[in-house]
Amino acid sequence: MKCYLPFVIVGVAASTVLTRPLLCQTMQPQRPTISGDEPVSARHPAESVHIRGNPAAAVTLEEFGDFECPSCANLAPFLDQVIKEYHPRARLIFRNFPLSMHQYARDVAQAAEAAGLQGRYWEMHDVLYREQPVWSSSGNNARRLFISYAETLGLDLDRFQKDMQSDKVRERIESDQARAKSLGVKTAPWLFIDKREMGPNDRNPEGVRRLVDEAVKAESSTSEKK
Amino acid sequence: MTVARFRTILYIVAAIVALAGLADATYLAVQALTGETLSCGGSPDCFRVLGSSYAKVGGIPVALLGALAYFSVFSLATFAAFGYARARTPLIPIIGAMFLATLWFLYVQAFVLHAYCRYCLFSAAITFLLAGLVIAVPSSHEE
Repeated sequence: MKCYLPFVIVGVAASTVLTRPLLCQTMQPQRPTISGDEPVSARHPAESVHIRGNPAAAVTLEEFGDFECPSCANLAPFLDQVIKEYHPRARLIFRNFPLSMHQYARDVAQAAEAAGLQGRYWEMHDVLYREQPVWSSSGNNARRLFISYAETLGLDLDRFQKDMQSDKVRERIESDQARAKSLGVKTAPWLFIDKREMGPNDRNPEGVRRLVDEAVKAESSTSEKK
Repeated sequence: MTVARFRTILYIVAAIVALAGLADATYLAVQALTGETLSCGGSPDCFRVLGSSYAKVGGIPVALLGALAYFSVFSLATFAAFGYARARTPLIPIIGAMFLATLWFLYVQAFVLHAYCRYCLFSAAITFLLAGLVIAVPSSHEE
């Protein structure tokens, strides 16, 4: 038995630890996301939208968010979960609504958009929200942190830094703000489900889930009648 | 304590230490392979190091190579602890190579990137410890 024991120990270690990277790579579920640069309207580049989930989904959640707002950061993983749960019937559109009360809100929106120009919008979106407590309290280091996140995501850093200051990114944020204004958005996060504004009482996980559920059911019954 | 027993204890310790290094390197390898952004605990330097071009060699994450190296050390040390004399021979060159690689990565962090990553420093400590352990193992003619 003794001569077999090292084989058993090494075998167990190999199967539990070493195969993990390979398993993670092969079994990683396909994230239901598309590039943030997928244009919805061809009229102007600033009108393209960031969609998470099935782009052709019947139910649309439209979020106006500010990366520096703590409640937006709390909402983000929940919305991601909802989109996965209701895939392929629901999708999320994220729009920038940087609040003037937040010091870095504009810069961080520019960082996310600049990452989007290299096809990594949602990855940057997720890391910015997850690391929000760090960069929002980092003093003058916030910008350096955005660059380090871009570096981790494997972005072209020169291009990223140029894009952050570009007219294209600025126009895109302004376009989101203009839409927010036209829809009467007052703060962030602000959520619409199929163009229906969520009431104050529904701005919680239960409320969101209930309304998405209703929208999906309504859409299902409509398509069945057809 | 006999020399053989002392040697066995050192190999067991080396196997356990290598397992810690394996866990660290596997975590980083999974992050690198899946594209998930890792938790750096708020350290900008950590993002800087792990996102740099030095974190990959020919497109392969260094962490994956590290995981393979640690796994080799763990396996060989385990076999050596159970008395497989032939397992001792490759341990020294493998740990030697890991030691040199660690020196290179410490140089890169200190003088090129000017940033340190805690996972990398942990790995460096593990490698130095492993190097110390294999140096401390008495040779066969000391029995």
